[in-house]
Amino acid sequence: MRLYEFESKKILSAHGIPVPKGRVAASSQEAGRFAQEIEGPVVLKAQVLVTARGKVGGVRFAEGSREAEEVARGMLDTKIGGYAARSLLVEEKIDIKRELYLGATYDEVKKTPVVICSSLGGIDLEEISRQHPEKIHKSSISSFMGLQPYKAWQLVQNLELPGRLPWTAQAILLKLWHIFTRFDAVLAEINPLVLTGGGELAVLDAHIEIEDDALFRQKERLESFHIEEREDKARPPTLFEIEAAQIDKADYRGVAGRVTEFDGDLGLLIGAGGGSLTTFDAILRYDGKPANYCEVGGNAPVSKIYNLAKLILSKPEVKGIAVITNVYSNSRVDFVARGLIKAMVELGIDPKSYPVLFRSAGAFEDEGYAILKKYGVRYYDRSTSMDEAARLAVEMMKKEL
Amino acid sequence: MAILVNFSTKVIVQGITGREAVTFTKGMLDYGTRVVAGVTPGKESQKVHGVPVYNCVEAALKNHEANTCIVSVPPKFAKDATFEAIDAGIELVNVFTERIPRADVVQMIEFARQKGVRIVGPNSLGMVSPGRVKLGPAGGPLSECNRAFTPGNVAVLSRSGGMLTETCSLLSVNGIGQSIAINIGGDPIVGSSFLDLLPLLEDDSETKAIVLFCEPGTFQEEETARFVKETSYSKRIVAFIAGSFVDTMPGMRFGHAAVIVHGESGATRTKAKVMREAGIAVVDFHSEILAAVKKILNQN
Repeated sequence: MRLYEFESKKILSAHGIPVPKGRVAASSQEAGRFAQEIEGPVVLKAQVLVTARGKVGGVRFAEGSREAEEVARGMLDTKIGGYAARSLLVEEKIDIKRELYLGATYDEVKKTPVVICSSLGGIDLEEISRQHPEKIHKSSISSFMGLQPYKAWQLVQNLELPGRLPWTAQAILLKLWHIFTRFDAVLAEINPLVLTGGGELAVLDAHIEIEDDALFRQKERLESFHIEEREDKARPPTLFEIEAAQIDKADYRGVAGRVTEFDGDLGLLIGAGGGSLTTFDAILRYDGKPANYCEVGGNAPVSKIYNLAKLILSKPEVKGIAVITNVYSNSRVDFVARGLIKAMVELGIDPKSYPVLFRSAGAFEDEGYAILKKYGVRYYDRSTSMDEAARLAVEMMKKEL
Repeated sequence: MAILVNFSTKVIVQGITGREAVTFTKGMLDYGTRVVAGVTPGKESQKVHGVPVYNCVEAALKNHEANTCIVSVPPKFAKDATFEAIDAGIELVNVFTERIPRADVVQMIEFARQKGVRIVGPNSLGMVSPGRVKLGPAGGPLSECNRAFTPGNVAVLSRSGGMLTETCSLLSVNGIGQSIAINIGGDPIVGSSFLDLLPLLEDDSETKAIVLFCEPGTFQEEETARFVKETSYSKRIVAFIAGSFVDTMPGMRFGHAAVIVHGESGATRTKAKVMREAGIAVVDFHSEILAAVKKILNQN
């Protein structure tokens, strides 16, 4: 779960890392008022979870309160990287001399936490490492020892800071590490940390991403910062996706849900995890037009499959449906078959005349095939590959045109 | 004699009284795996399919000999259960639990490294050494498992549990058996990555070819390619990378927790490119694994 900038800064500030003077405005009037309080030039920053929002109009400057109000109105009215900003962070404008980077995350190859320092900041880390790999200083950290002061000191030497500022940077880095572990973050970064014209260090922007799988033990801590649990998506969820998520939530059994909507005509129920990736790729490679992505596995009960199949079949654009799964280890083929048939019968769809295809195998496959046969659904067992089933599904849709 | 598991494998199932563990314990016993004991705190003296349950691993080891632990407990207890197994001197810990926070996973791995213990998982469905041993739900009940997994000379390593079964089934249906089949787990950080297992397979006389089922996200495939190239790895590898559509949808998560792409990082096109450069046979469709494996076996 990615936190908004203002939430991250609230946490940083509460842990003793100084952040610029600023307030969160929900309306243009408020933005104007807060700008007046700051006295001087301000920056208005849209609170959206969009990378490089500065490039899409998410960061603007204003001289006084009237201009701030006007700029804020424009920002709140337009979408920024596809998202409507519900609020703006109004902050004092910082005089930037140099931009730096501090961060803590996990190194998947070394399988350890890692702390990163760079005398180049402001752009994303991937970009810095591509252009100036020598400027990135990483250190693997023992998950038992944590970041020790000597190591933080050693790392901040790379920031090329004058005077007593290395000590300040060391303190900031140690506090950032503390936040990283305390909040079960998978990423905690200050980017950029800036050296100001006045010779001080300031946190211009900060990102904290909390691990979704750790929310069970972070809820209270987040609530104390008025941060509510929410689901991240690279784009806002569609109504269809919201309904699918509700079906998944209503019953903890099995992986069935995790739906992404697409604009094609072929409805899909596909095997969970790697099976869904494999099938979806194959459908696209044969020029199929999926209406959705929907995983089914982990021995989901009939009711869940029925509800999802019904949701997919009810989508106006859907003109056919394919159920394609891998050979199951721990799911029952007959459950999937029953769920599909129940949805079709209830919606008054005759499987004999509607484009429908089924490929699955594993436990209780004979029972499953018997039901499908009875209702006239084309089905395939393990002797037909998932790729071949995907090709047949696409061919089936072409015949419909 | 394959890798990780063999006829001397003796297993303790931690969390044996859980719904899923009861089911896969039956599957393991039917397969012939020696499940010597189970552990569930507070349920000592119960039995699961005849397997005695103890309060802790130490108590189980007082009464039984074991070298392998399966961790099938809720996420918030998984770190503790793994520590317990490592501390007790177990050699292999296969962690099935899904959704363990990363902060816990890196500690599990760090402790295992200190003690020289191998972890497979988390978020693993287990492994099968066909005709010999199976750990966990991989392959399902006996009759199903025997259809999908057959003894032979191909090692299959997969980031997906379901596709481990599908891949082995594809080979088995066409008369090609496996030396070992392992679901390494679908998480961003796992105890045994492809890279960790390849050296063991290189030394395994039974393994003549290797199949990798890959996914978007992480740097596992890139690291594997680097290793294969740098060490002039001696065995031929076939790889299939699922989910190339994810490349076009940065920041979106599909399937496993690790499947997420940011720019070039984790993208399947990068993986395919570096793997091909390292001499790995990367196939575009999953079913093409069959022909690629046949080709290698015929050359041997």
